[in-house]
Amino acid sequence: MEQRKGSTILFAKPASIDAFAAVGGKKECEGPLGKEFDLCDTDTMFGEMTWERAEVAMQRLAAKKCLEKAAIEANKLDMVFAGDLQAQCTASNYAQRDIGAPMVGLYGACSTMAEGLALAASFCAAGYAKHAMAMTSSHFCAAERQFRFPLEYGGKRTPNSQWTATAAGSVLLAPNGKGPYVQAVTFGRINDMGIKDINNMGAAMAPAAADTLLRFFSDTGTEPADYDRIFTGDLGAVGSTLLEQLCAKGGKKLTNHSDCGLLLFDREAQNTGAGGSGAGCSASVLCTYILPKLVRGELKKVLFVATGALMSTTTFQQKESIPGIAHLVYLTSEAGSHS
Amino acid sequence: MQYVWAFVIGGLICVVGQLLIDLTTLTPARILVLYVVAGVVISALGWYDPLVEFAGSGATVPLIGFGHLLAQGVVHAVEESGLLGALTGGFSASAGGIAASLVCGVIAAVIGHSKDQC
Amino acid sequence: MNLTKQQYAELVKKASPNSKLLPDCLWAFVVGGAICLLGQVLRNAYMVWGMTLTDAGTLSSATLVAMSAVATSLGWYQKLASKAGAGTLVPITGFANAVVSPAIEFKAEGFVMGTGAKMFVIAGPVIVWGMMASVIWGVVYYFIRPFLG
Repeated sequence: MEQRKGSTILFAKPASIDAFAAVGGKKECEGPLGKEFDLCDTDTMFGEMTWERAEVAMQRLAAKKCLEKAAIEANKLDMVFAGDLQAQCTASNYAQRDIGAPMVGLYGACSTMAEGLALAASFCAAGYAKHAMAMTSSHFCAAERQFRFPLEYGGKRTPNSQWTATAAGSVLLAPNGKGPYVQAVTFGRINDMGIKDINNMGAAMAPAAADTLLRFFSDTGTEPADYDRIFTGDLGAVGSTLLEQLCAKGGKKLTNHSDCGLLLFDREAQNTGAGGSGAGCSASVLCTYILPKLVRGELKKVLFVATGALMSTTTFQQKESIPGIAHLVYLTSEAGSHS
Repeated sequence: MQYVWAFVIGGLICVVGQLLIDLTTLTPARILVLYVVAGVVISALGWYDPLVEFAGSGATVPLIGFGHLLAQGVVHAVEESGLLGALTGGFSASAGGIAASLVCGVIAAVIGHSKDQC
Repeated sequence: MNLTKQQYAELVKKASPNSKLLPDCLWAFVVGGAICLLGQVLRNAYMVWGMTLTDAGTLSSATLVAMSAVATSLGWYQKLASKAGAGTLVPITGFANAVVSPAIEFKAEGFVMGTGAKMFVIAGPVIVWGMMASVIWGVVYYFIRPFLG
């Protein structure tokens, strides 16, 4: 069977997801998916003195919990693909100090979970790893103080802005297992439609999500309706509307689309603007909602498309527009071949 | 009446700031810079003194009042020490507010600690 | 998907909700007005206690700054500001909040390079450009003064 069609990599032997775990902060655990988190910290400090260390602790907890659920030791890990929002990817790098596995640090902003999952699945499917972990996190406080303002600063959020999730998700993959399975992946291309508003990232990322989805449908000759559910990561309310409009213009009508940013929080009651965001948002929704439903067989065929806005505070101040990216992972509950 | 006008004029100056936030793409930092510089200019033109007479704290508490304070300070210093006053007047007049903020900042940093917003 | 940047910008504009102008302005008016009223009450009280107008003005500003610092430390100022917008941004209490909040936040990086260096990261531009404007006005005033009579 052909392993690559257009931009899409189709695995002859799909990789299996053996275990997954999610850790959340206070707001996340009070949200609609709260009960599904493996661990919660209502203090969001995770017993540490700084927000950066709190994120490290949170990611470490997610990794340990995932290994515990898979009943394997950390020294069995052949590869770890991990990323976060902190500058120089420090939350992931520091979390790996105690784990000691071969480590690839990723930066894909909010798209990092799909990026890591796609890479880990590729390594497993190709036989380069027996146990590969994909893991990401974000921490509201660490992100605020790095990208926006100090936490005590009084600023009013615009209605289009999104709320960075305090959460970490960890997924363990293997070449053989009882699933769910990663059948195919499409690595995204940078799309930039000239959006400069840092408070409207959904709008900056929607074209990338539409681009990746349309490429995947054309590569595989499938339609949106062939899948039970199409999940995007963190487009929020504004970006979701735009994605559906862009896909319709591309000839594909999305009627079964959900967004992780809208699933994680009750945005009216929890005051999260256009929805959740951050590398930990799609990662934790994957591990608390999408994968459990695949395991229980409530969903059978799912597309997971995580999107990232790849600017920095420096490029923003230099008045550059925001490049977006979206990586796609095709997940199924059963191993059976592609449709 | 003085209290009513302090409330109304102060409130209206804030509403102008809110309109700038909602209707333009100006960031809060730019709006504050705009307010202070506008305060200096309006005061230099001699238009702000009447408003302070009329609304008291309603005109001095908003950041435009800070600009007015700088402009007044510089006029006063130039009267006293000539051209050198252009350099000293602004900081002399605003020293109280800036030093108070600075001292409060240091005390707060020693006692307080960063808290989550959730 | 053949869409120009202009066409996409139109789509984005339609999809993005605007700020709610009336409630935003009402909040700004009431909270901003109340802070100014508090300033007036303080100033009059200090004058009753025998201070000059200038001293009472300076001391009432300092009092507002101190009150803002306490509210900032307790996390209240941020909560109020998330509703009041410019009502808490524009008064001198907003300036104090902009100084105190980074002082607390960046304490994690030490008292010198954290609190010390970053205290004016938000309020700094206000001082720089306010001071520049005042120096320019001072020079202008020096030269036009002889003609002012």
